[in-house]
Amino acid sequence: MPKVKMPKNSPSLDMTPMVDLAFLLVTFFMLTTQFRPDEPVIIDSPSSISEKILPDKVMVVAIDNKNRIFFNLEGKEIRKEMLQQMGDKYGVKFDDNEIMRFSIMSTFGMSVQQLKQFITLDTEKRKEFMDKSEGIPYDSLNNQLGDWIRFGRLADAQVNPDIPKEKQMRFAIKGDAQANYTSVKRVIDIFQEMKVNRFNLITTLEQNPIQ
Amino acid sequence: MADVQTNDQDSGKGGKHKKVRAKKQSTHIDMTPMVDLAFLLLTFFMMTTTFGKPKTMEINMPVKPEDNTKTEVNNAVTILLTGDDKIYWYFGELKPETKLELTNYSNDGLRKLFLDKNKFAVERIKQLRTESATNNMADSTLKRLEVGAKGAKQALMVLVKADDKAKYKNIVDVLDELNITMVGKYAIVDLAQQEFDLINTFKPQP
Repeated sequence: MPKVKMPKNSPSLDMTPMVDLAFLLVTFFMLTTQFRPDEPVIIDSPSSISEKILPDKVMVVAIDNKNRIFFNLEGKEIRKEMLQQMGDKYGVKFDDNEIMRFSIMSTFGMSVQQLKQFITLDTEKRKEFMDKSEGIPYDSLNNQLGDWIRFGRLADAQVNPDIPKEKQMRFAIKGDAQANYTSVKRVIDIFQEMKVNRFNLITTLEQNPIQ
Repeated sequence: MADVQTNDQDSGKGGKHKKVRAKKQSTHIDMTPMVDLAFLLLTFFMMTTTFGKPKTMEINMPVKPEDNTKTEVNNAVTILLTGDDKIYWYFGELKPETKLELTNYSNDGLRKLFLDKNKFAVERIKQLRTESATNNMADSTLKRLEVGAKGAKQALMVLVKADDKAKYKNIVDVLDELNITMVGKYAIVDLAQQEFDLINTFKPQP
């Protein structure tokens, strides 16, 4: 009987389609990722078991461990509009260049008067400035935080009118674990004065102990 | 080009007129390292996109101009937060003879207290979950029933109050603990003067 020979299969297989796909995905993810913007202050959030993800469009008020207040609202057009209105109210004139630079910044934490100086600095100097700054004033006599929130919402309404309810701006508080409760409470009160009663508290994830 | 010519000459000097053949090189290259790298990058970008977003805890504050109608406090615990990670609590309404009790953030402290007092909702939810596993209940139905159990009259209600010395971490920890122990009814409210006095005059019971 003749020996039945099994056809010899080469052990190497053509990986080209797989590689194509892999690189396609790599490119896709590389282009779609948004890297976390440079945080000017270190905020060590407390942990919780909540797995809800922060919504996209969100106004963030941050409170660091020295109880300073920082503010951030993304969106170029919104920021431009917001800065203009804020400048008008406090009598600080911002020129086009400054407004442009402000629109691409992220978190800031100082009074409007100091903000003008802060905008003109470069990245390195900004960090230094932020370290020394007092945060946004939020006492009842000089409630600039309240105005930022108000003008931020107004600007948002002007830039994006008629958006569905579920896509509307949300309000997040990013507090440091060691921040005082009273300052957090004060921020919540300022929000509530403007009829905002629903917040997202930004936390880091921890394991749920009972399941 | 130049290389090929010198090669030609070299072989010519050897005297043997062999046909010079270009070495047959396989067109296959080992792509394994490249694929490794590609997948490494792929994994990296996939992970960073999904896990990069910060997690949040949602909270609804009671609407401010609240008419001071007293809520029924038939099954309510009031938690008073103060500095040094201390927690005082009392059950039911605040009466002149109310005594505070001290607890902490450990598993035997706050969690045990909540699980104990919220037995109704915890048991009910556990029962619902096993039922849903056997009966193939829809997720939305289960969720609705769970919310119902948490909001039932027999379920625990917690009032969280904090004084000036409390840290932000404390309040988040308590809210977290409430979520863990499935307490559905809770509110953050302001501290009353009486309660403030009670904290300051607190003496541990023997």
